[in-house]
Amino acid sequence: MRSRRRPTGPARVVFAAVIAWLALLLVVPLGALALSVAGSFSAVVAALTSAEALHAIGLSVGVAAACIVANGIFGVAGALVLVRQRFVGRRLLDALVELPLALSPVMTGLAFLLVFGRNGLLHPALDAVGLQVAFAWPAVLLATLFVTLPFTLREVALVLEELGDSEEQAAATLGATGWQTFWRVTLPNLRSGLVVGTTLTSARALGEFGAVLVVGGGIANRTQTATTFIHSAIEERQEPAAYGMALLLAAVAVALLFVLQRDRE
Amino acid sequence: MGIRVDHLVKNFGATRVVNDVSFEVRPGELVALLGPSGGGKSTVLRMIAGLETADSGEVWLDGERVDHLHARERQVGFVFQHYALFRHMTVGENIAFGLSVRGVAASEQQARVTELLEVMGLRGLGDRMPSQLSGGQRQRVALARALAPRPRLLLLDEPFGAVDAKVREELRRWLRKLHDEVHTTSIFVTHDQDEAFAIADRVLIISQGRLEQSGSPVEILDQPATEFVARFVGDVNVLTGVVRDGRAWVGGVGAEVQGLAEGATVNVVVRAYDLKFWRDDEGPATVRRVMTIGDRVRVEAWLDRAAAPIFAQFPRRSSLLHGVEAGCRIAVEITQARAWPTPGAAE
Repeated sequence: MRSRRRPTGPARVVFAAVIAWLALLLVVPLGALALSVAGSFSAVVAALTSAEALHAIGLSVGVAAACIVANGIFGVAGALVLVRQRFVGRRLLDALVELPLALSPVMTGLAFLLVFGRNGLLHPALDAVGLQVAFAWPAVLLATLFVTLPFTLREVALVLEELGDSEEQAAATLGATGWQTFWRVTLPNLRSGLVVGTTLTSARALGEFGAVLVVGGGIANRTQTATTFIHSAIEERQEPAAYGMALLLAAVAVALLFVLQRDRE
Repeated sequence: MGIRVDHLVKNFGATRVVNDVSFEVRPGELVALLGPSGGGKSTVLRMIAGLETADSGEVWLDGERVDHLHARERQVGFVFQHYALFRHMTVGENIAFGLSVRGVAASEQQARVTELLEVMGLRGLGDRMPSQLSGGQRQRVALARALAPRPRLLLLDEPFGAVDAKVREELRRWLRKLHDEVHTTSIFVTHDQDEAFAIADRVLIISQGRLEQSGSPVEILDQPATEFVARFVGDVNVLTGVVRDGRAWVGGVGAEVQGLAEGATVNVVVRAYDLKFWRDDEGPATVRRVMTIGDRVRVEAWLDRAAAPIFAQFPRRSSLLHGVEAGCRIAVEITQARAWPTPGAAE
């Protein structure tokens, strides 16, 4: 056990500097947000319960939920392939998976428009079956799926690497089929990776702005998400709506971090 | 239930790790695969279990060829070096796993778990998680888990490698007892010769992918088939000698050897306990160190005419040790030795 000491001497200066830095970056803006909301509470409540706001919240939550499920399935499958299989191009694929982390979301949005937009590659085909993707909710979903792709996969892959495959070998010698081994041995061991991945996915899905604005256009009651709602509220000088939604998102983010913290313990 | 392994070969890339290994294990036998680390023993075991695919060769269990079967179809219990217990399951769930995946009734599973916990000396630990157990306990859970589905064969890969020396000693004796009680056929891999000789009915020496010798512990010790085996087992002196009149001569000391050409240069392998030293001022060697190790005394000396170190071990109270101390001259007698022609030496 490490002993916890009160900082002394130079450590004290560093300690004070760290606290001041965190306060400046984290506490002050969030505090200002909270104060603004408190100052016009009834207006904020009214703004957040408007049809527009509720639709935006609903779309954000729905898209986030779909991303959690899709990434949960694809993340586990993808991690199993990347960690357990040996094939040509594995390392390239391994690197590609992280691409969404490196790309600016605005670029992602633009790339999606080039595929699904009015002059996009797939537009004729989609039009023929009467499906509108760009500037409709499917575009918001696709863009969010893209930007959240790496999180669960990465976390699950890390856990898989660390686990090794000896438990799976043991299961095989005990007569378990591949599926029995997966459901009863592999998947339960991936729990911590799934929790972390899901938390990061939710945070990113709820907070995504650039990509969904470009592909969705932030149309009220159609493609407006919580973040694009804030954007248009600011533009229209609807301060209570902007503050209220921003504080709501901040509160969800903090709650997610608590989940993460608890799981680590 | 017996097992036969025929001409097994396995390559990892360009390296041949198992090179034409064949052997048989009779029903009820406890056999050790002994050899230096990285010699291919574990790979042989894993090929028998189906965890590794042989490049060629056959594996037969009770007269049935099984090398084309998946590991889950072979009914071979496997105990891993680092236990590989299912970490999110309780001890009881671990032991029951092999029964539950085969659809055995819950009541039957429970009965078998209770029985095995009892046999393994783990009573009352069924609800613990593996992380709450000591190394020795985990090893026994791994063994119970492997035995629960009543395998045709039990394989153990360095079973006591990860527990400390004292527990290892205890587990060894206990494994021998367990093997006799549950009437299984077992093969275990070890690089520890004491372990192999202490509990195995038969020892197979494997080195660089080849089976060097198969025999009872006494046969391996007294009739090593190759120079490698002679050097590998026991505490040995390896001295260069020349054959004259049916004896190998090392620095003026002769040793009885057989089947070697007159005048040949040979490597003479002598175990530390196949030597006698006693004080003799005219003797051919000088004592350098005398060390007491528990109930034994190790004497290291310098054999002048061979210009080579030589050592021997005696019981602590041996009368031969009278007056033997560092710096004194001693007589040397080799009571038993084996010799092989020195590779590359002119005759």
